[in-house]
Order: sequence, then C-alpha cells, then structure tokens
Amino acid sequence: MSTVTSTYSDRPGLIATLGRDGLIQIILIANTFIMLAPIVIMMFSAFKTTPQIFASPFGIPDFTNLVNFSRIWTQTNFLQYLINSFVVTGASMALILTLGTMAAYALARYEFFGAGFILMFFIAGLTLPLKLAIIPLFMLMRDLGILNNQLSLIFVYTAMGLPTTIFIMTGFIRTLPNELEDAARMDGASEARIMWSIMLPLVRPAMVIAGIQNVVPIWNDFFFPLVFIQNDRLKTLPQGLTTFMGEYSTDYGVLYAGLTLSALPIIIIYIVLSRQFISGMTSGAIK
Amino acid sequence: MPQLRLTGRGLWITALIVPPLAFVALFVVYPIISAFAYAFFDWNGLLRGEFVGLDNFHTVLFVEPYASWTRNAFSHNIIVFFALMVLQNGLGFFLAYALWRELPGARFHRIAVFLPVVLSTIIVGYLFKLFLHPLFGVVNISLRGMGLGELAQPWLGQSSTALWALIAANAWHMVGFPTLVFLAGMQRIPTEMLDAVRMETRSEWVKITKIVWPLVAPSATVVFVLLFVGAFNWFELPYVMAGLDGSPFGSTDVLGLYFYRTAFGNVSSGQQDFGLGSALAVLIFLFIAAVAGVITVRLRAREIQL
Repeated sequence: MSTVTSTYSDRPGLIATLGRDGLIQIILIANTFIMLAPIVIMMFSAFKTTPQIFASPFGIPDFTNLVNFSRIWTQTNFLQYLINSFVVTGASMALILTLGTMAAYALARYEFFGAGFILMFFIAGLTLPLKLAIIPLFMLMRDLGILNNQLSLIFVYTAMGLPTTIFIMTGFIRTLPNELEDAARMDGASEARIMWSIMLPLVRPAMVIAGIQNVVPIWNDFFFPLVFIQNDRLKTLPQGLTTFMGEYSTDYGVLYAGLTLSALPIIIIYIVLSRQFISGMTSGAIK
Repeated sequence: MPQLRLTGRGLWITALIVPPLAFVALFVVYPIISAFAYAFFDWNGLLRGEFVGLDNFHTVLFVEPYASWTRNAFSHNIIVFFALMVLQNGLGFFLAYALWRELPGARFHRIAVFLPVVLSTIIVGYLFKLFLHPLFGVVNISLRGMGLGELAQPWLGQSSTALWALIAANAWHMVGFPTLVFLAGMQRIPTEMLDAVRMETRSEWVKITKIVWPLVAPSATVVFVLLFVGAFNWFELPYVMAGLDGSPFGSTDVLGLYFYRTAFGNVSSGQQDFGLGSALAVLIFLFIAAVAGVITVRLRAREIQL
C-alpha cells in the first residue's frame, strides 16, 4: 500500500476525535485478535498431547515437546507431499513466467495482424471458472495419458495462470520507453538479443507481481489434484493433508502439528514479504 | 513500433506467441467449449453415448430426485452468497474504513487481517473442523469453561448450524481480501474532495454514502463479482468440513459438491454421470456469467469519474 496517497482523519474537536479514534482502535485490535487467535491456538496445540488440549486449550505449551512433529516426519508421507507441492508449483511458475513474458512481450512490443484478437483471447480466460470444465479436462488428461501424473497439474495451472500474467505484463511492458531498443536495433542487435538483454531486466517488477498472484492459488489448490491424482506418492500438500487427517483422526496433537507444518511455509514467506504479497494478490482487483 | 514484414521477425513473433496460445487454447478454451457440448450427450460412466438434446437439462431441473437436489443446493448457494456479502464484504468495507485512518499499529493490523487469506482452504477447513468438534473443540471447551455449557453443541453435526459454521469459517478466511481492496480504493480518494465534504457535514454516514462509497465503486464491482463467482463455485470448504454428501441431511450441500458428485460419483451410490454433470456445469456457468454481468453494469453505473 502506498503511503504517499491521502490519509484521512477528522478533527472536529479533540475529545470527539479521541473518542472516535479510540473506538476504532479497539475494534481493530479486537479484529486482529480474532484473525490471529486461531493460528496461535493451532501452533500451540501442535506441542500438546490430546489430554492437554482438552484440559487447557489456550495454555502455553512446552515448546520442547516435539513428539507430534517427529511422528509426522517419521510415520507419514508428509515430506513427500511437501516435495510434490514444491515440484508442481515450481514447474508451473517457471512455465507461467516464461510463456507469459513471451506472449506479453510480443503483444506489447510488436504490431502484427490479429494482435488485438489474441490479447482478447487470453483475457477471456480471466473470468471463466475452470472448475466447471473439469469433466472435459479429465477426459483430455486421460487421452493425453497424464492422469495420475504431475504433468496434468502443471499444464492446467500454467494455462490458468497465463491470462492474468499476460494481462499484467502486457500493461507493464507498454509503459516502458523504447529508446533503448531502438538504439540497440541501430547497433544491429537481434530481436531475441534485445528481448533478453534489454527488456527482461526491466520487466522484473511485473514478473514479481504476476508470480505472487499465481503462486498462492497454485500452492493451495486442492480441486485439480483431487480429480487428477490417485497415487499417494504423487499427492500435493493440501491433498495429502486429507489423507493424513483421516489416518490420525483421533490424535489431536498430531492433527494440529500436521496443520501447523502445512501452514508454516506460506506463513513465513508471507510475514517476510507481506508488502509484496498484499500488493501482488490484490493488484488484479485494483485498477 | 516496427511493422511486421514476412521476414525473420514474423517468425520470431510466431515463436513467442504460439506456445502460450496453445496452452490456453488446449487447457482452458477447449475444455470450456467441450463442457457445453458434453451436456447434450448421454454418458454412462466414461463412454459417450447418443445425442439426447436437452434431456440432461430437463432432468436436473424438473425430474425428481434431481430437481429437489438442485433446488436444495441452489438455495444454499444463495444463502451463502448473501451471508458472505454481509459478513465478509460488509465487514471488509467497515475494516477498510477503520484502517484508512492510519491509527497507530495500522500496518500490523493490515498484515494480520490478510494473513488467513494466504492459507489454503483445506488448512482453514480442517482447523475450524477441529475447533468445532463437539467434545475436543476449543469452541465448546471454552463455552463450558465460561459456564455457558448449555450453548455448547455439535456445530457441524446438526442441520440448523452446520451451514452457518462453514459460512463463518469462510468469512474468517477471506475477510482480508475485500478489506485491502476497499482500502486501496479509499486511499485514492483525493483529499480536496474530503475537505469539501467536511465543510458541509460532520456525519460519518453522509461521508460514507455520498463520497466514499461512490468513489470505491470500481473496487466494489470487482469484490462483489469475485464473491459471487466464489460463492457459486464453493467446494473445498464444505467438502473438508462437512463432506461430499453435504452432511448432515444435505444441509451443507451446494452446487459445487452436487456437480462433483454427479460427475465423479458419490461414495455411497457409486454413480457417475458426465452428461448430467455437464448440464449442471453449463447451468451454473450461465447463471454466474449472467449475474456477474448485471453486477458489473449496475455498479459501474454508480461510479463517479475522478
């Protein structure tokens, strides 16, 4: 969020102002408490035994008690799920950013027949809920022989992520000046060379925004693995979590530890990069 | 910009544009067009049967028991949409208005309100399912601890509360999104405009209805449309918290679950029908597109040009 823009506070009189701002401050603190409490309870409970959770659900636990975590590490496929999520998300992001930059660059930097139509074609994909096309997608993946294969997820996520990426990046690339390119062209640089050496370093900010906007929904997705992946060794983290929650349905400490471990990677990244995350994830909705 | 000639540059542009185009065409556009075509065929399991015209649409809308399942799921989606409109987007607007004053700690509050948004729905669903457990959930334990034991109940196990528990979990999960979109809209309101209103009135209500709301209407359009599409696509949270059959007694059944069950089979009945599933998908899709279009046009009309 930019801080240069207008900040609005009213001053009709000292007491009235203090009263109103004080009330708002209390509401904000209460809301923040409601937002954080479930996450804190989850993390605390991960260090407790089931009887402890029952006896003192809000008590501060013994943080050296790592029994629940070690059981997850040694007795379940959790690590495998985590690795699968990294592989699928990483491969999808690499494809989205590569293909998205290619298309956005061509659409923003060259004039050619059908460019407007092609951009419309990409943008049309923005609003369509692809979940509803799951039956044809399932048949398509079956025909391609990649059901129960992580390629099916990577392909779908890439196709889903491209419209937003192309939309964001085309807009951004159009704002860049073309003096540098023209100069390089005069010097006889090839088109590929101009794109690689001159434009790519300049489009990095747009790539970060597009990256954040896609990485969260892909990392968190549950629906497509549910349909495409059966083999437990290939499951992603959200999907593996359902298996895990079923297996340990009575051991509350282990359940909370599993949720904590699944949530931790994205919570840490979010806290470190909160500014980029917030602007990246809300930028599609703000024009 | 240079003109395209039939030289190496044309080849270069083709090489840039064709691979991404192929991905979107194959995995987005083709499946969506096919979903419409599939709805007109009779599918037994995985094999396509004969062309049946509008029979599948007729079945899901008018033939029992499908018609009452459709009505039940649809009415729940309507409840979910209006409840989230008040709880999630209404609260979001209110929180944005509070955060806009940049009181001490505003940055921290902003980070906290958005934190649940980055969590996966599956994690949120299981977390609330554990919290709402009749015996071991923190909700009932704390109610008993406060001497309000008679209020403790099986939140997810009875028809009267189950859907509302899911709605509350969803509101907690997503309220940060409208909050920050509205806040961004408010931050772009010019100070001079606010100063002018301040001369006229001290009423917060007048300020909100006459200035803030009309000026954040562009943000509101996006937030409403996304909520609408989300509410009628609702799947993960009810699936994890209450199960694929919308238990108990179908009280948490929604179109997303009903569609998935029809297409990929109910655990108990084992039935699988791609034709009926596709007809449902097409109906949901057309409904979303029509209403989202109306919301966009109506709200855009209220927008004030800066």
